[in-house]
Amino acid sequence: MYSEKVMDHFQHPRNVGEIENASGVGTVGNAKCGDIMRMFLDIDENGIIQDVKFKTFGCGAAVATSSMATELVKGKSIQEALQVTNKAVMEALDGLPPVKVHCSLLAEEAIHAALWDYAQKNGIEIEGLSKPKSDISEGEEEEDY
Amino acid sequence: MIYLDNAATTKTAPEVVEAMLPYFTENYGNPSTIYSLGSTSKQAINKARQTIADSLGAKAEEIYFTAGGSESDNWAIKAAAEAYESKGRHIITSKIEHHAVLHTCQYLEKRGYEVTYLNVDRNGIVDLEELKAAIRPDTILISIMFANNEIGTIEPIKEIGAVAKEHGILFHTDAVQAFGQVPINVDEMHIDMLSSSAHKLNGPKGIGFLYIRKGVKIRSFVHGGAQERSRRAGTENVPGIVGFGAAVERAMRTMEERTKKEIELRDYLIHRLETEIDHCWLNGDRTRRLPNNVNFSFLFVEGESMLIMLDMKGICASSGSACTSGSLDPSHVLLAIGLKHEEAHGSLRLTLSAENTREEMDFVVDNIKAIVKRLRSMSPLYEDYLKTGKL
Repeated sequence: MYSEKVMDHFQHPRNVGEIENASGVGTVGNAKCGDIMRMFLDIDENGIIQDVKFKTFGCGAAVATSSMATELVKGKSIQEALQVTNKAVMEALDGLPPVKVHCSLLAEEAIHAALWDYAQKNGIEIEGLSKPKSDISEGEEEEDY
Repeated sequence: MIYLDNAATTKTAPEVVEAMLPYFTENYGNPSTIYSLGSTSKQAINKARQTIADSLGAKAEEIYFTAGGSESDNWAIKAAAEAYESKGRHIITSKIEHHAVLHTCQYLEKRGYEVTYLNVDRNGIVDLEELKAAIRPDTILISIMFANNEIGTIEPIKEIGAVAKEHGILFHTDAVQAFGQVPINVDEMHIDMLSSSAHKLNGPKGIGFLYIRKGVKIRSFVHGGAQERSRRAGTENVPGIVGFGAAVERAMRTMEERTKKEIELRDYLIHRLETEIDHCWLNGDRTRRLPNNVNFSFLFVEGESMLIMLDMKGICASSGSACTSGSLDPSHVLLAIGLKHEEAHGSLRLTLSAENTREEMDFVVDNIKAIVKRLRSMSPLYEDYLKTGKL
């Protein structure tokens, strides 16, 4: 049911771990729906994401989308990272089964949450970034599959 | 490959396949015809029906072949609801039934029936007092599964049957997981209707039966022919029925020895998992349990991830995680026994067969240990636990 790329990122997730004293940390999702993603960003003085790590509790797609999201933002500027949408994550993984699309939304949200944390810590505003919903999965649950 | 998903389906036994083969090839006659080719098929059906009836302490004419467990459940509940409508429109079932029962009950609720879904305790057992209290003058049907497909808990069927009988209420049991695994006698247990499916006991897929006690008035499910005493029309699945008969003959002959071996393997597996992995526990009852069922919750990890990693090691298993159900909610059974969502998401079901070995159990435990460790190392829930010490 998963593409080869999803399986590859699940079996060999990139950038798993934590960053001590990270510039920004974001945690999204909830245990109730079975997915929690935490993303750590190390952002330098020029606003470039030098390093990124993640930890995820969730299914194969949740792990793979977290892994791919970290690859897509690593080395990028904050503005570039904001352009990493769930669609971009899905496309990079050669697609996801319909029931797993919410995992890619979670990955996008995790990046935003980590950037928001960075902005808060530094007292800055990032253009185009609004306070992320801490829990994007609540509304999702009402959907009928 | 190590196959540990026998609650999903079983390998068709070679002797079952062998018994079926002539009914695909030379004995292809329609059982409803009068020439001898058709009679051969008819006799084969009669023999299978008798074998199955004997295994339950039932009469041959009380066994109605269907396409499987789900059809049997649908038929029993819908037809009973319709047939006893004049008496009332109230049905009692439990929260841990298979969806073939639950969704059928929901279907009836939309059509004006009332359904009471009984709670179960932490081990998944229905409370008889709650059952008695739920009975009303307009209760027409009690449907409680014989044994649960996820956690393996065996319900007090005989006691439930006695309650139903005392109140003059029809009693149906979904015995899809139990038939062939534990002895069943429809008279001793006061069962009026019973659903079963062949592929759970090393028979073929696509064939099941509904036992309907003589005298129970139930409408036809499929109209259009005299088959199955006109209650379920359509040319019989002769190879399937023959295969079911052979599978039941085999299951009854081997039950004692087979389940003894399964119980040994089961308890060995349970013991190793609960003593060698922390923050995990067995779901379901320890003793009132199907011989081949093991169901664990592992904290901080998610079931589907475990399944994919087990599959990479050649181990076939199952989980009550949402991700394996096609929805976002984890197993209704695990929630009904009181697990939190994240505990249900981290569940793993291993259902054995007597063909498994102790060496395989060792391999499985070693791999589960490594997989749980790896997934925990990347779980933010585990990270939080290590930092705060809070579960």
